[in-house]
Amino acid sequence: MKSTETPSRDRLMAVLDTVMDPEVPVLSVVELGIVRELEVTDATVRVTVTPTYSGCPAMQVIERDIAAALKAHGAADVEIRTRHKPAWTTDWMPAVAREKLSAYGIAPPGPAAGQQLVSIGRRRPQPECPYCGSAATELRSEFGSTACKAIHVCSACQQPFEEFKPL
Amino acid sequence: MADTFEYLLRLGDDRLVLGHRLSEWCGHAPILEEDIALANIALDLVGQANLLLTAAAAAEGKGRDADALAFLRDGIDYRNVQMVELPRGDFAFTVARQFLFAEYSLLQSEALQRSKHDDLSGIAAKMHKEARYHVRHAGDWVLKLGDGTEESHRRVQDAVNELWRYTGELFMTDEVEQRLVASGVACDSAALEPAWRAQVDDVFKRAGLSVPETRWMQRGGRAGRHTEHLGHMLAEMQTLQRQHPGAAW
Repeated sequence: MKSTETPSRDRLMAVLDTVMDPEVPVLSVVELGIVRELEVTDATVRVTVTPTYSGCPAMQVIERDIAAALKAHGAADVEIRTRHKPAWTTDWMPAVAREKLSAYGIAPPGPAAGQQLVSIGRRRPQPECPYCGSAATELRSEFGSTACKAIHVCSACQQPFEEFKPL
Repeated sequence: MADTFEYLLRLGDDRLVLGHRLSEWCGHAPILEEDIALANIALDLVGQANLLLTAAAAAEGKGRDADALAFLRDGIDYRNVQMVELPRGDFAFTVARQFLFAEYSLLQSEALQRSKHDDLSGIAAKMHKEARYHVRHAGDWVLKLGDGTEESHRRVQDAVNELWRYTGELFMTDEVEQRLVASGVACDSAALEPAWRAQVDDVFKRAGLSVPETRWMQRGGRAGRHTEHLGHMLAEMQTLQRQHPGAAW
């Protein structure tokens, strides 16, 4: 006889929304847009995730954290599947995630680029400074503390800041 | 499946070897931002290689995994083009090579999104997004160095002169590839060259760089014939798994 029942899908989705990205601790894995599916059966909870960057070292930690959180909230057996298609895009991040990033000091991503060739020397649009809101910002490097971020500096308030890159 | 295995190895080995070469810059790049950028790009490439070699191992179906393919194969079994195994050289050589490869990878991954191999088409979509940033990064540096000081121009032109004869192999096709093109799995490498050349010519023109006259093109990597440099690189990269097989974190 089972001592506890597997919690409902809604309940477990709420649990997933408490599992934070270790590199950007204001965003949950749901807000990051990587949880593609959550299936709950009597025996198993199956989570399908789509990784962010190919080499992102946080993905393994995230998968471990997801399994641990679900188990701590009554899921007996957790299976995590990886799905590569369609590829993850920052366009999947909801508006609330963008607001949280801004408040945390990270400029949120603009719309992802399409399939066209890259024009060298022509910059993509600059993000606004998340501190003072100025549009006068300058790119320092397309690669920041993690694969998903770029480094900019604000010409108005002189504050260096990171941007979650559109992908 | 033997063809698919072979083809996925080519895609994976290009990125594994180039990613490893790039990772050699970690802690040595000229400025902090560049150190971070090169390490991040290396991580992208090794991550792509992990996905591709995992798919290759599945296609092979002999119980090997991506780690076994990366760490327990000899040079003769590696299928990367020779260009990616050359020593990292100076910073100009590194960014010139990254630029030439990234433009190729961008076009290749764009085409492979239409592959009938489901795994590969998904991986290609991811690679394409990442390659856009790689092209932009390396292309900006080629412009800066080519159109920079006398010394930076000389160094990047020297790099292009040295690298050019290794670019032909990127676009060489063979029976394995042609069979997979016919079945909708692979893209035709030769068909990528005109668009690649147009992109490269455009950036070189703006950077004041010229393409060497030489028509001779090196070949052999896809068939396991490598320069002497690959063996040295693998000796270092594989030493831990060779000495302690199966060691894990």
